[in-house]
Amino acid sequence: MHFAGDSIVLPEHFLEHQKGRALRRKAIDRWFGRLGLILTLGTLGVLAILLLNLAANGLFRIDWHFLTSFPSRRAAEAGVLSAWVGTALLMLVTASLAIPLGVAAGIYLEEYAPKNKWTDFVEINIANLAGVPSILYGLMALGLFVYKFRFGQSILAGGMALGCLVLPIVIVSTREALRTIPAMIREAAFALGATRWQAVWHHLLPYSTGGISTGVILAMSRAIGESSPLITIGALTFIAFLPPPAILDHAPFVSFSWLFSPFTALPIQMFNWVSRPGEEFQANAAAAGLLLMVITLGMNGAAILLRRHAQRNIKW
Amino acid sequence: MSTQPQSLSPAKNEPLPGISLGGRTNVDPAEDKRPVPAKVQIQELSFFYGTHQVLRSVTLEVPKDQVTALIGPSGCGKTTLLRCLNRMHDLYPGNRYEGSVKLQPEGIDILGPGMDPIQVRMRFGMVFQKPNPFPKSIYENVAYGLRLQGMSKRRELDERVEKALREAALWDEVKSRLHGLAHNLSGGQQQRLCIARAIATDPDVVLFDEPTSALDPIATSKIEELIVELKKRVTVVIVTHNLQQAGRISDMTAFMYLGELIEFGETNRVFTNPAKPQTEDYISGRFG
Repeated sequence: MHFAGDSIVLPEHFLEHQKGRALRRKAIDRWFGRLGLILTLGTLGVLAILLLNLAANGLFRIDWHFLTSFPSRRAAEAGVLSAWVGTALLMLVTASLAIPLGVAAGIYLEEYAPKNKWTDFVEINIANLAGVPSILYGLMALGLFVYKFRFGQSILAGGMALGCLVLPIVIVSTREALRTIPAMIREAAFALGATRWQAVWHHLLPYSTGGISTGVILAMSRAIGESSPLITIGALTFIAFLPPPAILDHAPFVSFSWLFSPFTALPIQMFNWVSRPGEEFQANAAAAGLLLMVITLGMNGAAILLRRHAQRNIKW
Repeated sequence: MSTQPQSLSPAKNEPLPGISLGGRTNVDPAEDKRPVPAKVQIQELSFFYGTHQVLRSVTLEVPKDQVTALIGPSGCGKTTLLRCLNRMHDLYPGNRYEGSVKLQPEGIDILGPGMDPIQVRMRFGMVFQKPNPFPKSIYENVAYGLRLQGMSKRRELDERVEKALREAALWDEVKSRLHGLAHNLSGGQQQRLCIARAIATDPDVVLFDEPTSALDPIATSKIEELIVELKKRVTVVIVTHNLQQAGRISDMTAFMYLGELIEFGETNRVFTNPAKPQTEDYISGRFG
């Protein structure tokens, strides 16, 4: 160690040695930065090639006719109507299950639950659930929702399977969003006489909307691309009809029979087309894939915008 | 988690919460040399985090409409004592109170069995170390306590918000932007906003936990003036690391050390002629 007031004069060769070391360390630093850049660009490049390839093969197939037609044996006439309607309805069921349950569970674990071995156990298992292969959720849904609850091979069973699949994502992102709120904000509310529920409802939820909705959208974009749980519960690959309408022109005006309708979804339709011989069907598959990709990227973009918008007034 | 910690040594002849004693009949006038009646009577208060005892049988009378400063080195328990008064410790698991804290003139034991911490907190305002306004408008920050107490009429709220902001010496600076974000205020203004928020509900006592430790000297002096002004109508208890501050603004000073109350008396007397050697050592800067 060399201090300003030290009388020890370091030998010249020692300083030279230090200088050499410093240069070598800087070089390592620089090379690691370059390596990281190359790897990142490589990964992004693969993604870009994938997207471009899908676009090159499928873009010409995407038109109004493609979006409003049922699948067909003739590739040029086939469309994704039943697939995207199925996907939209599945997402509706998934969201109505995963959002309330996941957000409530996140609030409970973060704000209410005592910290003990039992809650530690629950926490670890929620993290584990996020890593369970999706086909196992399909098996669970097949046994529980399809057969035990007799929901059949329906939109309800499929949506619930996907809801269970993404529930851990919603729980974890809710907890993380709540955790970013400083303790002193909670204390300010409690010191004024707020109950836990009032603190959550008046402060913690509004201040964490950005984080929670980002998590929810990311969960949804995970669910939208899932096919294996849907295939496991028996989603059909060829559907040439739409589920019954939810709004009727006669009393009672709303109907939930669509929940019990058989269905298909975009990834399943795509899988079906990929597995067929013939160039034209490959083009259809690419078009469906492109559609799915655009929806997913759109949702992720929306998540980013939503987060920025919700957090614009919040600085801790 | 203990949301209703039981007082372990409830005196059998104590009145039930909410029953008025009609003044200070339980205070021996001979022992009480001060002309000021007590607002908060802390009697043999001990506090435990798990098995760790933080406060050791503290007995202290906070006089009404005066400023009482709690001083002492870090870790002496002064903030812990302050947070006993509005039961903030109940928010976290593993804590236990012993003894009693009576809010006069009713004589309610705020640590008593069946006492709801939420009710206690509605009568004690609190101002924290760092300004912690909600990320809402200036107006909504001040109105929040009133809303919690059930006030919803716009005109009433407007009046009370203005009154609180005037009392916090902030009105003139913010009256044109009441619905602007609180976070756009400076640190000192934010802290005065937090004071307005704490006094808007007309609490009996306002607790200050080192309120100026994050502020510059000018903002600090404004807060100090404000505290002196506040005691005309509310009892103030302030924890401070700053001895000069305690000397400037407090009427009574309590010196704490290792969880015990070492000395309590009029500020002038404690600072000029401390009775205990530890107090003298601390005040003269020999430790702490």
